[in-house]
Amino acid sequence: MSSITVSGGIPDRAPAGNHAPGAVRTCATTGLSICEVSSRFVRWHAVAAVVFLLIGGSAAILLALTRWPAVHLLSAPWYYRVLTLHGLNMLIFWILNFEVALLYFVGTTLLKSRLYSKTLAWVGFLMMVAGAIVVDVAIFQGKSDVLMTSYVPLLAAPAFYLGLILVAVGCLISVINYFGTVYIAKRDHTYEGSVPLVVFGAHAAAIIAVLTLLHAAAAIVPAFLWSIHLIDVPDPSWYRSTWWGLGHMSQQVNVCAMVSVWYFIGALTVGAKPLSESVCRGAFLLYILFINVASAHHLLTDPGVSAAWKIWNTSYAMYLAVLASMIHGFTVPASVEVAMRGKGFRRGVFGWLTAAPWSNPAFSGFLLSLVIFGFGGGITGVVLGTQQINIMAHNTLRIPGHFHVTVVGGTTLAFMAVTYYIVPLVFQREFVARALCRIQPWIFGIGITVFATGMSFAGSYGVPRRHWDVEFSGAQFATGFDSGAHVMLGIMGVGGVIAATGLFLFIGLVVATVFFGRSNAGRAMTPWHVERSSGEVARHDTDHEEHHTPGTLVLTGVFLLSFVVYYFANWKWLSDVWQVR
Amino acid sequence: MSIQSPAAGWFKAPSGSERVWIGIAMAWCIVMTIAMPYWLFFGKQNSTGEAYRVTPADFAARVGTFVESHKVGELQGVPIVEPAPGGDAYLLARMWQWFPVLKLRKGQTYRVHISSMDLQHGFSLQPLNMNFQVLPTYDHVLTLTPTSAGEFTIVCNEFCGIGHHLMTGRILVEE
Ligand SMILES: [Cu+2]
Repeated sequence: MSSITVSGGIPDRAPAGNHAPGAVRTCATTGLSICEVSSRFVRWHAVAAVVFLLIGGSAAILLALTRWPAVHLLSAPWYYRVLTLHGLNMLIFWILNFEVALLYFVGTTLLKSRLYSKTLAWVGFLMMVAGAIVVDVAIFQGKSDVLMTSYVPLLAAPAFYLGLILVAVGCLISVINYFGTVYIAKRDHTYEGSVPLVVFGAHAAAIIAVLTLLHAAAAIVPAFLWSIHLIDVPDPSWYRSTWWGLGHMSQQVNVCAMVSVWYFIGALTVGAKPLSESVCRGAFLLYILFINVASAHHLLTDPGVSAAWKIWNTSYAMYLAVLASMIHGFTVPASVEVAMRGKGFRRGVFGWLTAAPWSNPAFSGFLLSLVIFGFGGGITGVVLGTQQINIMAHNTLRIPGHFHVTVVGGTTLAFMAVTYYIVPLVFQREFVARALCRIQPWIFGIGITVFATGMSFAGSYGVPRRHWDVEFSGAQFATGFDSGAHVMLGIMGVGGVIAATGLFLFIGLVVATVFFGRSNAGRAMTPWHVERSSGEVARHDTDHEEHHTPGTLVLTGVFLLSFVVYYFANWKWLSDVWQVR
Repeated sequence: MSIQSPAAGWFKAPSGSERVWIGIAMAWCIVMTIAMPYWLFFGKQNSTGEAYRVTPADFAARVGTFVESHKVGELQGVPIVEPAPGGDAYLLARMWQWFPVLKLRKGQTYRVHISSMDLQHGFSLQPLNMNFQVLPTYDHVLTLTPTSAGEFTIVCNEFCGIGHHLMTGRILVEE
């Protein structure tokens, strides 16, 4: 049996398909039907994504080496300029391009459909890339040092806003192309019954993306009109809430895409299937319904926003979304556990985990992403998003400490992991230097965890985010931070160097593979891992087996315990600061 | 599998470990949901967002009156101003200064009005690590009761231009 579990799992019945003759090939590895037109755009968006990742990553290492006080590399103007560059290239250009690639890939491949429109795909792609180039050039011209958020009345060059609008509209067009694909797949009956879970997750991502992009337009268009003197300066409070409708909601797009990728990799590497489809889908539904007010997280110590509004929008809505994440955080490892136990790895509580295919970089990247996102990102996110606790966190390094484990250790690492399949299956190239591929997720995952831990605890000492000099040299009233904060910033710097090494290694491996990798066209990809035998006879899951996941229960129990301890510790710390209303 | 359409009749209620976990997770989410309104009524640290619209010129005038009537000294060229316990205090943020220095008494409550003359700023009180957003045209009122004495620093933690890191201020608290 091939080590790619799915090869045996695809039913033989031919898909109805709606492709033009010759525009589809059957993947020799997975048996999935791959749309040639869509694949071209998957490749273009993936290439663009990696280029922006390189720009954002180069900026990242410069920033880490500046905020590491012992190094303090960049000058103040360059620090803020590079910080603006970093935020936009990573959080917007890299992530969005990769997500469009994912949407095109799962929309056509898993639904066995052709891409809805080649024209829309070109228009969307060119606008996204052109917009990003316009923004990056505007940043380097030095008149747009406004950071990613460009809070009014901070003013950037008109080209800065215009580029962002181009990217947003281009992305919207690409998402519409995805919905078009979903529509024709349904119309042409290319699949039977309900869409696969991974596609359902992609639907959730795409729906939230539309809401996000509408908020982007609502915030950035007035800022652009103001920058060319057509209207008065937008209200700063209104701008913040609207901008965060873009800024935070886009992170929920990332979460949906990441969770879909988790399910996808679980299926590809160990043949995992969800314990119950209704639970997983219900959890995605909760994201769509209750994530829309997450912009509230950034306004928790804002003037003009009432306590009632803050509490309502962080609890009612947020905790249903938190519940969704806690459900996925259980069902994803549980589905792996059930699959591994089904293969006969039943020894003890964790026999299934130790026997998992850790030599497969997609699998190790996926599980690291799950753990880092859950333990690091999930817990800090909920705690920082607690209305009153936010008083001790707002605009400190605790905030980027949180989102570097969600969007970098979680989403970006999951996207890196799935790339270990996307490149062989869509670019049809065999990865070079496979030993390096196997350690890359570990270097990146460990680096970003160390980085974010240092960052988060430096923030607990009060160190501000987006701040060039923690020594405050030259300030009117001399001040500084506890030596503990400096130790934490040093840890952050070391972690940043390790993470950057993992990131550049990833880019190097992908680029070398795309240009110099051996072609595997017409045959199955070289498997990442050899299926091990448990020595026990694999048996078909009984209903009891399917719902018996002691290992996952232990892991999630440890997670919940850490969560509870950190949560109440923060309330305790809060009770020690001055009284305020 | 997650990459295939599920077989018909996939809609099932959760069972086994999954059901247990969902129950635990829901209970925890309910605890967290109750915690915030509880703290609003019974806790001593809340961000109520009390604010009024104000033009920068009007706010600057109020700060001027406040400094004139309550000035008690000077620190590095910046006036030290001591509001009456229970009364109003004013703090002005601008590139790149917090003005004036406030002198408060431990255990007394003050209504501290904060607004910006120009860009957005971040009021960050160190080493306590209490943080509030400051916006131009909004008079943000913090009803503040210092519970510890000493010399405290205000740093700016919202990016406000190249001199952002120079923006520091002082709050002095006496027993
Ligand atoms: Cu400032």
